[in-house]
Amino acid sequence: MEYGFTTAAYVVAAVLFILSLGGLSGQESAKRAVWYGIAGMALAVTATLIGPGSGLWMLSVVLIAAGGVIGYYVAKRVQMTEMPELVAAMHSLVGLAAVFVGYNAHIELGNVLAMDDTARKGLEGFAALLAKKTDIEHNILRVELFLGVFIGAVTFTGSVIAYGKLAGKVTSAAVKLPGGHALNAAAAAISMLCLVWYLMSGGILPLAIMTLAALFIGYHLIMGIGGADMPVVVSMLNSYSGWAAAAIGFSLGNDLLIVTGALVGSSGAILSYIMCKAMNRSFVSVILGGFGNTTGPAQAIEGEQIAIDAEGVAAALEDADSVIIVPGYGMAVAQAQQNVAELTRRLRAKGKEVRFAIHPVAGRLPGHMNVLLAEAKVPYDIVLEMDEINEDFPSTDVVIVIGSNDIVNPAAQDDPNSPIAGMPVLEVWKAKQVFVSKRGQGAGYSGIENPLFFKDNTRMFYGDAKASLDSLLGIMH
Amino acid sequence: MKVGTPKETAAGEARVAMTPESAGMLQKLGYECLIQSGAGEAAGFSDETYKAAGVQVVKTAADLWKQSDIVAKVRQPEKAELKHLRKGLTLISFFNPAANKEGMDAAKKAGANVIAMEMVPRISRAQKMDALSSMANIAGYRAVIEAGNNFGRFFTGQVTAAGKVPPAKVLVIGAGVAGLAAIGTSTSLGAITYAFDVRPEVAEQVESMGAQFVYLNFKDEQQDGAATGGYASVSSPEFREAQLAKFRELAPDMDIVITTALIPNREAPELWTEDMVAAMKPGSVIVDLAAEKGGNCKLTKKDEKIVTKNGVTIIGYTDFPSRMAAQSSSLYANNIRHMMTDLTPGKDGKLVHNMEDDVIRGATVTYEGDITFPPPPPKVQAIAAAKPKEKAKELTPEEKRAAEAAAFKAQTRQQVILLTVGGVLMLLAGLYTPASFMQHFIVFVLSVFVGFQVIWNVSHSLHTPLMAVTNAISSIIILGALMQIGSGSWLVIVLAALSVFMAGINIFGGFLVTRRMLAMFQKS
Repeated sequence: MEYGFTTAAYVVAAVLFILSLGGLSGQESAKRAVWYGIAGMALAVTATLIGPGSGLWMLSVVLIAAGGVIGYYVAKRVQMTEMPELVAAMHSLVGLAAVFVGYNAHIELGNVLAMDDTARKGLEGFAALLAKKTDIEHNILRVELFLGVFIGAVTFTGSVIAYGKLAGKVTSAAVKLPGGHALNAAAAAISMLCLVWYLMSGGILPLAIMTLAALFIGYHLIMGIGGADMPVVVSMLNSYSGWAAAAIGFSLGNDLLIVTGALVGSSGAILSYIMCKAMNRSFVSVILGGFGNTTGPAQAIEGEQIAIDAEGVAAALEDADSVIIVPGYGMAVAQAQQNVAELTRRLRAKGKEVRFAIHPVAGRLPGHMNVLLAEAKVPYDIVLEMDEINEDFPSTDVVIVIGSNDIVNPAAQDDPNSPIAGMPVLEVWKAKQVFVSKRGQGAGYSGIENPLFFKDNTRMFYGDAKASLDSLLGIMH
Repeated sequence: MKVGTPKETAAGEARVAMTPESAGMLQKLGYECLIQSGAGEAAGFSDETYKAAGVQVVKTAADLWKQSDIVAKVRQPEKAELKHLRKGLTLISFFNPAANKEGMDAAKKAGANVIAMEMVPRISRAQKMDALSSMANIAGYRAVIEAGNNFGRFFTGQVTAAGKVPPAKVLVIGAGVAGLAAIGTSTSLGAITYAFDVRPEVAEQVESMGAQFVYLNFKDEQQDGAATGGYASVSSPEFREAQLAKFRELAPDMDIVITTALIPNREAPELWTEDMVAAMKPGSVIVDLAAEKGGNCKLTKKDEKIVTKNGVTIIGYTDFPSRMAAQSSSLYANNIRHMMTDLTPGKDGKLVHNMEDDVIRGATVTYEGDITFPPPPPKVQAIAAAKPKEKAKELTPEEKRAAEAAAFKAQTRQQVILLTVGGVLMLLAGLYTPASFMQHFIVFVLSVFVGFQVIWNVSHSLHTPLMAVTNAISSIIILGALMQIGSGSWLVIVLAALSVFMAGINIFGGFLVTRRMLAMFQKS
């Protein structure tokens, strides 16, 4: 049975998905873009339910509705600071779904091959599709579903671990089992062997072994990556979930799955690339985990960290004409975005120029800070990217650094031996005065001392970001 | 050693170079202080207050000059005073060395050391003894007050029951210390203040005081004051023309004009011409702070207030600081006291005239029988010159074109190689795989391509919504599960059902959370 209508609907859905992603180029068009995405998805699901997926459609609708209720509930409840966790958790669902669908394809294939010709003619849906294939096509199909299951499994455990790390349920430090990357390589080799075995035997055992190996790779790979590299990891997993969908699309012969999977996959790949560039590190070095390949001793830092209290900060802000705020993960952890926004409103009410400088890898998700500030109703046109604002620091009176560390570390430019040497950073130290809101005197995620804290024009405003800003807002009127 | 201050002999001079307060400071430095009886009277300091501060009051000027090792005074010494100079005496005073040959010769002959207060170099370290600045500050303030005194209206605009009062418009020409002080006073009185200066780098200071800087429509860069020690210098005839044209345009609107344009050791430039005065409204006031040097307006009469035929008042007083003697005396006495601090490194009442010190050397005009004026240029520049921004090496058009062509070639080569490799791989794949696979494969490759093109345009701030959207649409995997759910064994159904369920969560969760995020992005 051919489904001309379904194919047509798929074409429209694919176009809508492309428009949806393209629309994200601007804040205003983005609001429309979501609707394109929703329409595309609705169209694709409806067309499938009417066409090739009509078997047990009542069950499907009920399950979608049930999932929808949970999705709705989660989307309403989630805090904006928890966005990274949410995105990671949802990736794991896609990964697991890909694994299941892959297994189903395998089982169906087995069933169909076991039937005789007359029985095959009576098949419907996916099975009917399989029945028409030749032997070579069956082998290709096996490769495809094998790949789909592999990527899906890696995505699943990887996302679960990423979720755990972001939610603080798993230690965010880089942890490796003894053997390190050799274990990953071994697991990958086992998977390759299983592929050959699978192609020859067609049994479920190699598929199962491979799945276990892939699950292990996902777990171990992400465990070995530290918290601050999470923007790369999350976008990488995003990419994987797309490739898994595309691979499944091949095995099911479904073009819409292929198109959408490819879109998602390339989107994630580009995001990972942008994040890596912002840290001046290669993708491989991020994935293989951790800093620490220093080539020599770090420059000694002279001077001392000088603390300041809320009164001092308030007085300086009172005198300043231009203020730049540099938020980081610390702001998200302390849930201080509302206080930051309130501070911004008060300063702006006094006629001061307030802007935000966002480093591409600030936070734990690409664009994380933008979302938090938007939640707190900070107008997006005063929230600027690194390249837009870096030249303005010398003419700025006061810079407030809230919970960021490595992205404002001058060692990246001054000290060729620093582990982050060459990473583009926000040049906050060029401003007349810098206040750093920070919990304590410890080093940042990368374990590198930050010479910024020791500079003459830097004052340390110790304490939890939210509590600090509260005391500051108490003084300022 | 003893520091003494005589009564000023110039007519109308009310200032005094030592106040009871500064005397206390000098005593802390180890000096004994003397003052001529009645020296502080005009500035509001009686002999009693000096005595209370431990200052010895001396009857006559002659006695005072004789007893003192160091004499501090305000005005350039007159003939009678020059006679008191002797070897070993140090005189600290305004001296006008450039136009006071007689005084210099007398000091040289007598062997006295003279420190001229107007010669203190304009460097940060010497600001505390820069008497020109402290006096100019007072002159600027007083100029506005004096103008207000002769101006028949309010400075600030008001809407009263009796009618509307427009705000006064004030133009300050020359944004030096006096000009800036005038600007500050005028804006705080509520007038709309405009200011002009030949040095465009002061525009920021002007605007920071709340005035509008008057820019000229002039092609060439206006001069850089950093090269001339922070003072203005002579400008080109074309520049002058542009400047006068601008003033002519402003003249009919201005209620008060305060001119402060002075070039060191020169006649004051004429900036407010007669036709501009004629164009002004009756009742307007001009205060010419350059009257001492001939005035920025040629109608100005030194030390006089005149009213022109069309009713414009022109004030040419030169003694604004003296008109506020209490204030100017205390500031000037502080300048002197700071100078003495620098001259007394040991704080032991012993004066050390260190000619190696930039500030002391610069201000000294005669030293042990030699004329040491003019001083060599100071080692420290007054204002750090605005360094021209370091530009990347300017490439010639040919070089630029060559570089572009090379980059273009390299890019082309890279793309061709990629395309060739990709093409060959595709062909190989095509040879060994069936057509049905290739159809899907083409769709896949094109989609990846479209994806790359589209995603590069996504703005950075929307990366999180992008991830949420891609996450939502990656649940397209639901299609696979939907197709499988209706066919096959119970195991397939269970697995497919689970997939549908999870994808359902994802679709709704992903899109809703994206919408929530995007709705938050607001323009200001």
